[in-house]
Amino acid sequence: MALTTQGRTRLARSGVLAGLILGAVFAAGPVLWMLSSSFKSNTEIFELPPRLITGSFSFDAYTAILTDSETLRFFFNSYLVAGAVTILTLLVAIHAAYAFSRFEFRGKRVLNVVIISVQAVPPITLLIPYFGLVVGLGLYNTYPGLILTYMVFTLPYAIIMMTGYLNTLPRELDEAVRVDGAGSLTALWRVLVPISVPGIVSVGIYTFMIAWNEYLFALTLTRTTEMRTVPIGIQLLMGQHSYEWNQIMAMSILGSIPVLILFLVLQRYFISGLTAGSVKS
Amino acid sequence: MSIRTFTAPDPETLVNGAQPPKKRRQLRRAGESYGFLAPTLILLLVLMIVPIVMVVGYSFQDNVILKSSSEFTGIANYVTVLTDPGFWKATGNTLYFCLISVAAHLVLGLTFAMLLNSRLISAPSRAFFRALYVLPWLFTAAVIAVLWRMLLSPNGIVNFLLDTDVEWLASPQLALGTVTFINIWAGYPFFMVSLLAGLQGIPQDLHEAASIDGASPVQRFWNVTIPQLRPIIVSLLLLDLIWTSQQFALIWLTTGGGPIDVTEMLSTYTYKLAFANYDFSLAATSAVLVLLLSMVLAVLYVRHQKARD
Repeated sequence: MALTTQGRTRLARSGVLAGLILGAVFAAGPVLWMLSSSFKSNTEIFELPPRLITGSFSFDAYTAILTDSETLRFFFNSYLVAGAVTILTLLVAIHAAYAFSRFEFRGKRVLNVVIISVQAVPPITLLIPYFGLVVGLGLYNTYPGLILTYMVFTLPYAIIMMTGYLNTLPRELDEAVRVDGAGSLTALWRVLVPISVPGIVSVGIYTFMIAWNEYLFALTLTRTTEMRTVPIGIQLLMGQHSYEWNQIMAMSILGSIPVLILFLVLQRYFISGLTAGSVKS
Repeated sequence: MSIRTFTAPDPETLVNGAQPPKKRRQLRRAGESYGFLAPTLILLLVLMIVPIVMVVGYSFQDNVILKSSSEFTGIANYVTVLTDPGFWKATGNTLYFCLISVAAHLVLGLTFAMLLNSRLISAPSRAFFRALYVLPWLFTAAVIAVLWRMLLSPNGIVNFLLDTDVEWLASPQLALGTVTFINIWAGYPFFMVSLLAGLQGIPQDLHEAASIDGASPVQRFWNVTIPQLRPIIVSLLLLDLIWTSQQFALIWLTTGGGPIDVTEMLSTYTYKLAFANYDFSLAATSAVLVLLLSMVLAVLYVRHQKARD
């Protein structure tokens, strides 16, 4: 017997909902388990049958991480490096974007191709010469060594996005200031930068996330524990504490919080701006 | 890296951004523009041009970086690397890892995007599920690696749920499939988010017209949805291939390329040549080969983007 239209819709609805729930278990289940494990005692993590919330629910693992000067140092290093990369990237990118958006110059096309292709260069390819350079310049195991090399990942993106943003702003805005006799630099900083704050914040947040998450260069270009960043710190916890899984999970969550918060701030922009690939005018 | 650097540009943004300048000012302003670009040019030189020249140079010499006396050896390093079974093993693994990951990212991403786009579900529910589905994307590779090591440990929850007793990451038969699965989990949200935006951009009247013509939902999927999404899908596939072929942290922190060389990728193979064997000449050679692979994919991608516009 054929279903009524209403019956068919209801059936389809149930199907979609079932699919959504199944997918949600796949997507969020592991994350939920990470959260749950961080509140357990270490002996309960592998107990059978597994329970989401156990009797010994506590913040002990978090306390252990946040009172350990070694792990706090990982956070300090990550904030310092990611913060410095963000500020430097923005400063360089804003000026480059201004040139791209408002000027014609010889070599523009070539530079465009270089900036785009930089993004496809494998980090592992750059790592070999960077190691030679960083050691040669005495920057091995230093903050400047990490900050400088991270900019190869953040700069192309930042320039492209900032240029796209400036392209959306009417040229008359800065032309007017220049006609009044002010220089280009004044036009940029007095007129364009203040009204570009939303774009600058977006690019800055993205830059921060990239730097915060970076692993390969941090692993290779630093050596001592006091120079390590959060992703390396998580790895180090696995070795030295003989698998204190609750602490490893607590550290993982604490290390993810900055990115989670920034993502929430940026969410609308992420979702809408992604397929376009750039802010189009 | 789960927040992946989506730095896919509209290739024309930079070049065509400027509106034509007024002629009489052109000269002075061209000079000025180099001033604004100077920091960028210096950084590109130091971080890009010089290192690429260096790594290519290393690949034609022996004893680089660690010893002071290196000699030009022609293509000897390339012969060594290209005749090393380990290199081809890593290439095969990388190919498997990439193709399976990318295909699964597309299928999962599209499935979830279509579920999230369904009008049968209320908007707040969809927003709730979308927030959950995006989660894997928000964790960095180090976190994803330790999380799955816990979940997949012999007495972990995955074995409990499946009622098995398997060393997922240590078994020579299963390790490659397992790291690929973890990478699938980590990477599908990028496809999902992009395809969801794409789905929302398909004009509703296309679907309505097809319905009036008597097309079934399946026919509408293949004849309306897929053709409309095609340009986005091709972009996503190429970008994902580039990124997945460069994946290092996830492999390094789950299996380290092992057991033996079962999950060795071109990235870990190259890394080990440099930082385990301290043979920077061979590592540079392998790194140049990886670079060539990425450049081929990048050229395809940029061409596709241009055709899209």
